[in-house]
Amino acid sequence: MQNVKFSEETLKEVQRIISFYPEGKQKSAVIPVLHLAQKEFGGWLDVPVMDYVASLLQLLPIEVYEVASFYSMYNLKPVGKYMFEVCQTGPCMLNGSDDIIQYIGDKLGIKPGQTSNDGMFTLKTVECLGACGYAPMMQLGKDYREHLTKEKIDKIVEDCRKAAASNN
Amino acid sequence: MGRKLLLDKAHVENIRSYDVYRREGGYRSVEKALKTLSPEQVTEEVKKSGLRGRGGAGFPTGMKWSFLAKPEGVPRYLVVNADESEPGTFKDRYLMEFIPHLLIEGMIVSSFALGSHRSYIYIRGEYSWIVDILEQAIIEAKNNGWLGKNIQGSGFDCEIYVQRGAGAYICGEETALLESLEGKRGNPRIKPPFPAVKGLWDCPTVVNNVETIAAVVPIINEGGDEYAKIGTGKSTGTKLISACGNIKKQGVFEIDMTISVEEFIYSDEYCGGIANGKKLKACIPGGSSVPILPANLLLKTAKGETRMMTYESLADGGFQTGSMMGSGGFIVLDEMQCVVRHTYTLARFYRHESCGQCSPCREGTGWMEKILLNIEKGKGKMTDIDLLWDIQRKIEGNTICPLGDAAAWPVAAAIRHFRDEFEWHVLNPEESQRRNYGLANYAQPLQVVA
Ligand SMILES: Cc1cc2nc3c(=O)[nH]c(=O)nc-3n(C[C@H](O)[C@H](O)[C@H](O)COP(=O)(O)O)c2cc1C
Ligand code: SF4
Ligand code: FES
Repeated sequence: MQNVKFSEETLKEVQRIISFYPEGKQKSAVIPVLHLAQKEFGGWLDVPVMDYVASLLQLLPIEVYEVASFYSMYNLKPVGKYMFEVCQTGPCMLNGSDDIIQYIGDKLGIKPGQTSNDGMFTLKTVECLGACGYAPMMQLGKDYREHLTKEKIDKIVEDCRKAAASNN
Repeated sequence: MGRKLLLDKAHVENIRSYDVYRREGGYRSVEKALKTLSPEQVTEEVKKSGLRGRGGAGFPTGMKWSFLAKPEGVPRYLVVNADESEPGTFKDRYLMEFIPHLLIEGMIVSSFALGSHRSYIYIRGEYSWIVDILEQAIIEAKNNGWLGKNIQGSGFDCEIYVQRGAGAYICGEETALLESLEGKRGNPRIKPPFPAVKGLWDCPTVVNNVETIAAVVPIINEGGDEYAKIGTGKSTGTKLISACGNIKKQGVFEIDMTISVEEFIYSDEYCGGIANGKKLKACIPGGSSVPILPANLLLKTAKGETRMMTYESLADGGFQTGSMMGSGGFIVLDEMQCVVRHTYTLARFYRHESCGQCSPCREGTGWMEKILLNIEKGKGKMTDIDLLWDIQRKIEGNTICPLGDAAAWPVAAAIRHFRDEFEWHVLNPEESQRRNYGLANYAQPLQVVA
């Protein structure tokens, strides 16, 4: 991955974020800027990407690595085009999340933590996402998918496949 | 019908937009505060209201504000805690998603009281669509002269910014939150110094929950004394409860703190009873960290009194026979549910979320998860139950931040009240594996209500 560089639009967004903080406190921007980086550079944070963020915010690379490795939303390895992040904590368990995780795994032929061979889907179990009353649920990109049933999963998988096909 | 002060307008069509919010009486508290009250008077009203922090600890808000240090020439900050990651809790999300201007309005008044010219909302990273909703509300408020320089000609300047986290429960702890807002790992700080003296970028800072700050709006509109008349004893005003688990109507409810737990669970106005014709087994009334109570101790205290949905009554009996209001995350388990399995998922949660700074928390949460999984899988021994008890006791009180306690309490309470169920798993390893807690029982779509 050479020439890592944000688009003009994203660079403007970085400037807007830096303006949230007093002079000299641009380190605070690292978390939101890493979100932008993950979105723009393929859904995960490779070392050159983190180094680029460090240079952009005038930080040492280690300051960025430290943060990237602490927070669960950053992926330090490549992930599938669609990541199913299914909540497995107590309240979701009470509403059948175990079955949902099993069902998705069987359907896609992968276990939690794995990516399907075609690179389309990653299944990940996550802890409470603040949607306990709408359980079982998962996060898919920016959105939450709630009150999951097997039928809904079938539909979501199908929609992802269609969307991917029409993008290529 | 109980009084509603926060969500009374949540169902008005388009209340998310500035125009509708304003037409429904929005931003009156800012006019009143900035034009007729001094910052000290606003704080005084909040003190009189008896408002207690809605984030979990229930600390009196007015008192917290009055502790804020005010050295000359040093900025002060208000930071709103929208990290909302305690399992069972989803009330702040509801408030921000449906009536975002209420939070912005509360923040302007609170920033005025505290002298904060830059105030932040720190929101959990997964709520990314809510970031857009809040930023839109901030733009609208600014375009209408409620933010920026010289707000409504009062001479008070204030900006509000939204900061997204990136997935870490620990960042709900206020000092970890401040570390995260400074662009670091969310490792809690050793207190003292408290944020009121040395907070964000070493400046005096108040951290308050979303619901706490939203409650400042009705307090200023109605006056602290009027607010204090709602509720019971030291539980004044209204509280948002996010109810989930095996009840008919899961969702967010605003209660005034005068109703009983029984009414909350069984009345159609609130949870509507237990789902699928099952019976109530147990409940965690205030978010995953607080003690679980079996049905008998939930509905009545050990003294035989009706248990009420108030801070005092939920805590009646201490940890032996009581629990806590906590964050208002109300998790209901029906008779089909396995307390061991549920407790295991919570232990796994805390192990996952421990920041790892203190060994009792880092090691203890890992051990508790492992032992609970063993018992749950029918591979446990009787001595494992005592070992679990021992481990949780060694964590409690021996850590930098309260996450250690939060991890220990659910395990302690589960053993205290449901020891027979742990023993049953040990004695019936095969049968315990045949129980079905899956979708088969709970696949029906659930209703969402306010
Ligand atoms: C591990 C841990 C997680 C917490 N998570 C939250 C949270 O998500 N939201 C919140 O408002 N308070 C949370 N708190 C409590 C905060 O530290 C702090 O007490 C609260 O934000 C103060 O606001 P309040 O007085 O308005 O309740 C948490 C505390 C701990 C120890
Ligand atoms: S108690 Fe746990 S979460 Fe809190 S500082 Fe210690 S290790 Fe970190
Ligand atoms: S337990 Fe799954 S969203 Fe809270």
